[in-house]
Amino acid sequence: MSVFNPASGEVNYERVKKMTVSFFSHCFLISVSATCLFPLWWAFASSLKTQQTVFNDLSLFPKVPQWENYLFAWTKANFSLYFLNSLIYTVTVVIGVIVIASMAAYAFSRLEFPGKNALFLILISTMMIPIPGSFIALYVLLNKLHLVDTRLGYILPQINGGLALGIFLLKTFFDDLPKELEDSARIDGCGRFRVYWHIALPLARPALAVLAIFNILAVWNEYLLAMLVLSRKELMPLQRGLMVFQGAHITQYPLLMAGIVITILPVLVVYLLLQKHIIKGITAGAVKG
Amino acid sequence: MNLQKARNVLGNYVFVIPAALLFFTFSLYPFFKVFQLSITNWDGISPNMNYIGLANFKDLFFDNPTFWLSMKNAFYVTFLALAIQNLLALFLALICDRDIRGGNVYRVIFYLPPVLSGIVVGLIWNWIYDGNYGLLNHFLSFIGLGDLSRAWLSDSKTALICVAIIHMWKGFGWGFVILLAGLQSIPRDLYEAARVDGANSWVVFKNITAPLMIPVFVLVSILTILGTMQIFDIIIATTGGGPGYHTEVPITRIVSTMIGSSKFGYACAMGVTFGLILLAISMVQIRVSKAMRQV
Repeated sequence: MSVFNPASGEVNYERVKKMTVSFFSHCFLISVSATCLFPLWWAFASSLKTQQTVFNDLSLFPKVPQWENYLFAWTKANFSLYFLNSLIYTVTVVIGVIVIASMAAYAFSRLEFPGKNALFLILISTMMIPIPGSFIALYVLLNKLHLVDTRLGYILPQINGGLALGIFLLKTFFDDLPKELEDSARIDGCGRFRVYWHIALPLARPALAVLAIFNILAVWNEYLLAMLVLSRKELMPLQRGLMVFQGAHITQYPLLMAGIVITILPVLVVYLLLQKHIIKGITAGAVKG
Repeated sequence: MNLQKARNVLGNYVFVIPAALLFFTFSLYPFFKVFQLSITNWDGISPNMNYIGLANFKDLFFDNPTFWLSMKNAFYVTFLALAIQNLLALFLALICDRDIRGGNVYRVIFYLPPVLSGIVVGLIWNWIYDGNYGLLNHFLSFIGLGDLSRAWLSDSKTALICVAIIHMWKGFGWGFVILLAGLQSIPRDLYEAARVDGANSWVVFKNITAPLMIPVFVLVSILTILGTMQIFDIIIATTGGGPGYHTEVPITRIVSTMIGSSKFGYACAMGVTFGLILLAISMVQIRVSKAMRQV
């Protein structure tokens, strides 16, 4: 099918219209995409300029890229420390959420105990009630427990923060899973913990992946709690470190941008590798309401 | 036999105890504690606190114009996000819902800003809006509009809208993904049938797409409102609430009342008030959507 049919001399107007619409659609989509990507590229390009050139050199591909900015940010500006902290927090919280939420979700789906429905309802309802300001009371509590300015004080509330959505997602997943496999394992004498650990959990891998990515992004990007709870530099994650660096060296743009790129890079890798799961996750996360 | 059964139930509890313990400590306790603290004048340090009834609320409602200004600012950003960000998201989703080549690439790009943190996004845009060396000013003088140049984020006329633009830049991809997922769940043969009947694109949108998408529209707008009203990271990374109080939002007010002025009780009263307002908004929206679906 072509636009113009030379044999009959007719123009296929339907086709022309379709192509025009498609052309303008792409133009629009590409310009929006450029708007998304440009600031990020600008930050990256700025991170490769010198303190002198960064203010006037507008090139998007610096002629002499200053890769040593990254070395400097990593070693002298503490970003290696912040990076390690972010990594510790993210790994611990994600493992915590996955183990604790999956155990609870398995119990809500498969096991019987008094108060089950009430407990589930309370857990889920907190997902829907906005409680801005509960961080004040959380801070007071952490203070009482002597957890302010400790790693544990930053980790535990975040594990808790991931539980409601995690339990909800995994319970739905377990509910849809056929019971036969677990039943036969039970008949073979497996205890309920082994059934959960060796049979149910491996089957839930797709849901666990969604949950993991969700929490990786949430913890890596968290700021408010880090600001309230952590004041020692040795404990700060990247987001907090960036703000501290900006506060101390407000005009050191190349280094700040290098720090930003260091902060973004892991997110970018995780996102590009697992974007299908992420998209699934937000749609599932949104449907919870 | 009964003992066996009791042990069995006890064993089942083991599965939920870690979750319940964390939840009661870090969610439920703070939730109730906020209400309790909101009727005290506690400063966060002293061992004893005085119950002062609703005095905090009275002061908040009648003698705290800054808080209500911050609420107004948040409403302003929310309104822009609802109108511009979501409309853009819907428009893009409608385009990508037609079988367009490279649709997935666009989706990956649009969802990139939402996976970044508010801090990172704010710091990058700081650099774009900068008064002396910012990219925006460079661009304006390049196209001959140099006299519009200014320090965008410290000018009281432009600060709030500039923050709103950052917020929408970060947020539209999120709405896009949810709206696209909603659009893609609409059965294709409905469209086919309408086309056969000779309906044009607008009629199809008005009579098929829009009615079926109402639940998704409601979901996206509720989440946009709740998310935007509680905006914080971007503000902290860019203006910090300034110039003056021009970009203050409720969360920055609560934080500075708590940390800056050590008025924990008062900050809790602000949190409770703000929470109730958010709850009321989402209730109204759910009501409206139910009414609309019955029409």
